[in-house]
Amino acid sequence: MSDTALEADETVDARGATCPGPLMDLIGAVRGAETGTVIRLLSDNDQSLTDVPAWADESGNDVLTTEETDDYYEIYVETA
Amino acid sequence: MTEHIAIVGGGTGGTVLANDLADRLGTELDAGDVRVTLINDDPDHVYKPVWLYVPFGQRELADGRRPLAELVDDAVDLRIDRVTDIDTDAQELQYREGESEAYDHLVLATGSTLAPDEIPGLNDAGHDYYSESGATALREELLSFTEGRIVLSVIGTPHMCPAAPLEFVFMLDDWFRERGLREDVDITYTYPIQRVHGNPHIAEWARPLMDERGIEVETFFNADAVDPDAQTLSSMEGTDLEYDLLVSIPPHRGVDLIAEAGLGDKGWVDVDRHTLEATGAQNVYALGDTADTGVPNAGSVAHYQAGVVGQRLASEVHGRPATATYDGKTLCFIETGMDSASFVEFDYENPPSPAPPSQKLHWSKLGYNEAYWLTARGLL
Repeated sequence: MSDTALEADETVDARGATCPGPLMDLIGAVRGAETGTVIRLLSDNDQSLTDVPAWADESGNDVLTTEETDDYYEIYVETA
Repeated sequence: MTEHIAIVGGGTGGTVLANDLADRLGTELDAGDVRVTLINDDPDHVYKPVWLYVPFGQRELADGRRPLAELVDDAVDLRIDRVTDIDTDAQELQYREGESEAYDHLVLATGSTLAPDEIPGLNDAGHDYYSESGATALREELLSFTEGRIVLSVIGTPHMCPAAPLEFVFMLDDWFRERGLREDVDITYTYPIQRVHGNPHIAEWARPLMDERGIEVETFFNADAVDPDAQTLSSMEGTDLEYDLLVSIPPHRGVDLIAEAGLGDKGWVDVDRHTLEATGAQNVYALGDTADTGVPNAGSVAHYQAGVVGQRLASEVHGRPATATYDGKTLCFIETGMDSASFVEFDYENPPSPAPPSQKLHWSKLGYNEAYWLTARGLL
């Protein structure tokens, strides 16, 4: 399991979703979040490793860190 | 004791399933050992793919409506009513007037609803062809549109018929060309992620066609507000687009009933994507848009899933292990103009490979749209 010290304000569990489901779930969460909210996206889709940073870069949100567990990724995004 | 199968939703999935069960369980239905109820809050069955053609003046809304009573086997109990509550522990449905009814097996095929209210200004300024009222209002705008910028914005996924936004801009382009107006009309297509379609194989095929035909593309565009006075559409990513005619694919949601029953978020039922059994309750299946499988929200998906659920329910009624599974099979014609179309077929394991556009495929699509009524009756 992850040993990250980050604390998320909200978790989006998109495990099992096919592309672009995880990114769209994240975007949906960011849409309703206040600035500075830390969202933890759980995804088991490898495409999220490139989709999420690319969108964050485009939208001005920050990917704080990405943790890898045995079965899925935890991607922490802070909203702008 | 009569075993009761309740199907909520009389769209493609629910209707095909009801007729499938009437066929598979004919003996048991005749003997009164099994009862199948199809519940829908509209007496008509609505075939939504017709709506794509309405704004171009090529189809009428009536072409997509037929009474359910004419389509559903007489052995099925058709109930025109609304289910307002599901108790999955007691295995009981509650209807609009407060009446309750028990079920032994429940199938949820409640489909998608539109949620334009989620985007400020969209209700006031946006047009769509994902509803009957939207398609007719858009027809009035489009038939008199001779110059300016049309923006087609896909606002959120999943949405019904993932190919339809591409089809619409391809048809727009061709339609204005045929009428000698294309040079006076700009077409912009926006999509929420970094490509023009959720499926990378379809996106890779479509993008060069869009470039060749002068359809402008904005990717990573998640619309978050419309200003009807300024006629601008703004995105979360900070891009503003001016429009003269805004056509959107509004945010979609399932029905509230699903979340209230604890079966999934936003109206989509969490299911095993192979068996289509709900993960949050016993003796509950979901199919079509309602089942959160990650495959497209398309009629072909609901059709194939109905066959799987029908086989599984028949096995359960017969006291045998249910072995039928859904493999993700999806078929889709994709209009690439007013008289050409492509075709894709794919499943969980095999990606789509769009066929070269042809007139033959276009006529196949139109032909299937007519033959669909045989599908709804369980004959095709």
